[in-house]
Amino acid sequence: MNEMAQLKKRRLALYGWMLAAPALALMSLFAFYPAVATFWHSLFTRGTTRRPSVFAGFENYGDLFSDPTFATVAINNLIYAGVTIPVSIFFALAMALWANAHIPARSFVRSAYFTPTILPMIAAANLWLFFYTPDLGVIDQITGFFGAEPTNWLGQPQTALASIIVVTIWKESGFFMIFYLAALQTIPPDLREAARIEGAGRWTYTRRVLLPLLMPTTIFVFVNAMINSVKLIDHLFILTKGGPNNASKLILYWIWEMAFSYFDTPHAAAMTMLVLLTLGIVAVIQFRLVEKRTHYR
Amino acid sequence: MNTLVSSMPNKRRLPDLDKVFDAIGAWVLALVWISPLLFATWAALQPSGTALGLDFSTPLTFENFVYVWNAVPWLGYFANTVILVTLILAGQLVLCTLAGFAFARFEFKGRDTVFILVLLQLFILPEVLIVENYAIISKLGLFDTALGIGLPYMASAFGIFLLRQAFKSVPLELEEAARIEGCSWMGVLWKVYVPAAKPVYLAYALVSIATHWNNFLWPLIVTNSPDTRPLTVGLSLFGAPETGVDISVISAATLMTILPLLVAFLIFQRQFIQAFLRAGIR
Repeated sequence: MNEMAQLKKRRLALYGWMLAAPALALMSLFAFYPAVATFWHSLFTRGTTRRPSVFAGFENYGDLFSDPTFATVAINNLIYAGVTIPVSIFFALAMALWANAHIPARSFVRSAYFTPTILPMIAAANLWLFFYTPDLGVIDQITGFFGAEPTNWLGQPQTALASIIVVTIWKESGFFMIFYLAALQTIPPDLREAARIEGAGRWTYTRRVLLPLLMPTTIFVFVNAMINSVKLIDHLFILTKGGPNNASKLILYWIWEMAFSYFDTPHAAAMTMLVLLTLGIVAVIQFRLVEKRTHYR
Repeated sequence: MNTLVSSMPNKRRLPDLDKVFDAIGAWVLALVWISPLLFATWAALQPSGTALGLDFSTPLTFENFVYVWNAVPWLGYFANTVILVTLILAGQLVLCTLAGFAFARFEFKGRDTVFILVLLQLFILPEVLIVENYAIISKLGLFDTALGIGLPYMASAFGIFLLRQAFKSVPLELEEAARIEGCSWMGVLWKVYVPAAKPVYLAYALVSIATHWNNFLWPLIVTNSPDTRPLTVGLSLFGAPETGVDISVISAATLMTILPLLVAFLIFQRQFIQAFLRAGIR
């Protein structure tokens, strides 16, 4: 009898593996193997037809660190993350509070906020071109009305990155809003009543009651925004191409450029490893933080 | 005492004022948020070249749309995108259902470790691994094919995770009842688990479609002909500023490419938002 049970258990285990196998195979081929291969290739020099590639240790990483473009791009990406994350979260929260309040035309307001989420980033960039075009664009028309000189928003180093950042915030805030919206709907209205009876004003209620209750959502949104600050670079292709003079270049765009414009795959691989390392750290933080809330069982 | 008295009537009136400010704030932000779309619509309807003064006296025209339609094989791009999105979704549904079922209902050695690895893939973004994935796709001979664009996305960690959660919440009694009636494992999956997870499937499908309809970087890298290029890549080539196309024409092209998705969104608004919500809360 015991043997029967043992046999059955083993058969089920085999069945389980077989069910998971196709997905695991593809995942290994396009996520795990490439991650390892990227590391491996980042240790070799770039091969040419005359000089085959040779083992170089961490030379490629050293090259990156001594390349001034690396510093520029890394700082750009830090600014990109440092601005888009908190500002998007702020807008998302404001949108959610408003979209949850009893205001007229609420469903219109809600979809207006959410619409950018479903547009391709490429299309979003095209839409914003119309805002940024010097002299003729919407922004310059407005500032020109007040007598300001036309500005080449995308073409000058001081404003290029900021212009990119604005588009990203516009694109992702409405997406983050829905998570806050969902969280707000789980908060019992009695809390607000209780706070009012205690004499807490609206601001106090938001700061002392709502924000702490929304903390898990904020962490979730924060992690997503962090991933987005690596991932969302499509608009660079339309708006600035990383220019002028690298002023708006972000890491993933740089990797693309190194690999597919300059065919310098070893350095692209080294840069990819640095990104993976960062994402890995984010993953660990997320698992640590979220463990308390959701149990992966 | 004094403050208490004076604050009483205030308190009754304040919420109303708050509501007015709320409404105004919400509307202003909403208008700002859709203004890029509104301005692009306006620009697309202006004669090209006359450009962009907000001059309401010029007659509206559809000539930009006609020009754009004739300049680029949009219908082909559109078909490519539809094929691509369908292919990816089909692959994802099959693979993630099987894997999700395995992780939810089977005990096997190393299951939990493997599952952590699967979750890790949520952070190893396919976008970041473009260099190696390009090499793999080329070696497989899939460069410039729909399968080449889609294959890296099919084993979606996200889909596996969602479906595993959904399957886990199905009561075991349902499964046992089906087994008593003589269902095989596949029968149980198909007759009990899949129907129970229907809303999750719908949510996942909408998110997947929207994501891959909009995907750009990877398709840009692995396509180089109009026969496989999706809409986003086509649009980016068309809109490239160095081609000297003016903004009315770019706006028309942009609106044309986003229209199908926009219309779908406006019709299925509720479902879309619900879908993103359900899919987002891990």
